[in-house]
Amino acid sequence: MKSVEVTNLGIALGHGAKAVNILPDVSFTVEQGECFGLVGESGSGKSTVLRCISLLLEHWRGTVKIGGASVRDMGVIERCRTVQMVFQDPYGSLHPRHSVRTVLYEPLRIHNLDRRQERMEQALRDVGLPISFLDRFPHQLSGGQRQRVAIARALILEPDVLLLDEPTSALDVSVQAEILNLLSDLRARRGYTYILVSHDLAVVDYMCDRFAVMRSGEIVEVLDRAALENNSATHDYARELISASIAYDRAS
Amino acid sequence: MTDIVNAPKPASRRRSAIAPLLNVLRFLLRSPTSAFGLAVIALLVLLAIFAPLLATHDPNVQNLNNVLQPPGGNHLFGTDELGRDIFSRLLHGTRITLNIIFLVTITVGPIGLAVGTIAGYLGGIFDTILMRITDIFLSFPGLILALAFVAALGPSLNNAIIAIALTSWPPIARLARAETLTFRSSDYIAAARLQGASPFRIIMHSIVPMCLPSVMIRLTLNMATVILTAAGLGFLGLGAQPPMPEWGAMIATGRRYMLDSWWLVTFPGVSILLVSLAFNLLGDGLRDALDPKQMNRR
Repeated sequence: MKSVEVTNLGIALGHGAKAVNILPDVSFTVEQGECFGLVGESGSGKSTVLRCISLLLEHWRGTVKIGGASVRDMGVIERCRTVQMVFQDPYGSLHPRHSVRTVLYEPLRIHNLDRRQERMEQALRDVGLPISFLDRFPHQLSGGQRQRVAIARALILEPDVLLLDEPTSALDVSVQAEILNLLSDLRARRGYTYILVSHDLAVVDYMCDRFAVMRSGEIVEVLDRAALENNSATHDYARELISASIAYDRAS
Repeated sequence: MTDIVNAPKPASRRRSAIAPLLNVLRFLLRSPTSAFGLAVIALLVLLAIFAPLLATHDPNVQNLNNVLQPPGGNHLFGTDELGRDIFSRLLHGTRITLNIIFLVTITVGPIGLAVGTIAGYLGGIFDTILMRITDIFLSFPGLILALAFVAALGPSLNNAIIAIALTSWPPIARLARAETLTFRSSDYIAAARLQGASPFRIIMHSIVPMCLPSVMIRLTLNMATVILTAAGLGFLGLGAQPPMPEWGAMIATGRRYMLDSWWLVTFPGVSILLVSLAFNLLGDGLRDALDPKQMNRR
């Protein structure tokens, strides 16, 4: 499994004087096999970082290295087998007219992999779905089952790094726990490197070894999980965010 | 969870491909208007297939001793100015009409879909070039442009079909582009890109299936216009040439005898009206039947 190194990542939308600097300058490193969290309020650029790493957004500055190789220098095929992403909304991330079989078969065909039936069945087993689900369509699945299919789709190419863009925020609380358990279980078994975006500090506390607090496109502070318990953040904003979250947990 | 349990379990992949088709058919038959449209079109197809068996006379045999006979007796719909049986000519005309519709649809659908999805998905310079070409075609009224094409190519049924096809793809392309723009930034397209799918593959596998229902509806609604344009070209003498029993051409020649012999223009006119109406109603029904929200409810 590979480490991720993000150096001076920046992206601006628009041209000339009207250009808006969405991410001024972001740098962080993720060790191999680590789960790294990105937290922050809405619009702080968490998801944008993931979209830059996965090259869904292309016009960014800086370098992103996965396992020492820049993502820009990788071929498409190699990049897809190195980094995959799970999206926030399982209702929007599966093609409404593709069966689970098509969803899982497409990447195998694009990458010309062998033992396709076996791989599809393995992917479904990995995410805890019965093999009979291959012929289901998304509208025949619940939200949690859809998210499991989305995770299976990301895993079927055996990537090293998995980008998780709020993988549970669109789900029921009970289903959230299932998906989080599945993800941490997969990491324990296969040693994937995760970058997890969330605005829920409880999720981060459960999943991540370290996390970065972001505000308006900048990383305010990188903290250990332990910092959540006694709120040992040094930066004002990070401390405020954590204490607000703790206060909210007590209230609810 | 209930709909998971109740969801039909497809026995095989082939059955799962046919099932939605049957669903759509059942939905169409439920509403009286679209059922009427479907019935008329089914009848049209059957008549076209069995035209030689059902026709009482040869549509092209002239009998100058028996001209302009009113309906009744030996001739169900009467005879025209050359003594030909109008009923038989109408029956054989269904083949020409269906032929026009079929050829126009299979050319217009793919062209419109290709132009629209490519322009919508790739954007940028492709979008600009393709959409400006579309605008040029759209800026002429269809019939006038078709007239110009036929005048340039020479009057014949095939040229009329080419002309109609050339004038009716731009609305389809516009529609496909608009649909594509709503899907192109969705997560499942992003997921397909992350899997390394080429733009061509994304357009073919992810975007076209999403655009197809609305394009099919639009094509069905378009068929009425196609029939009318074909009839119009035939009427102006630029479509099917005599002695072909094309409905528009029949009206054109019958026009001279219209005041004394009403049956010459009435029956072809009613046929054109019925068929265009049927396609319009079917298109309306399809719009409800293919709506994804309705699909999910079923």
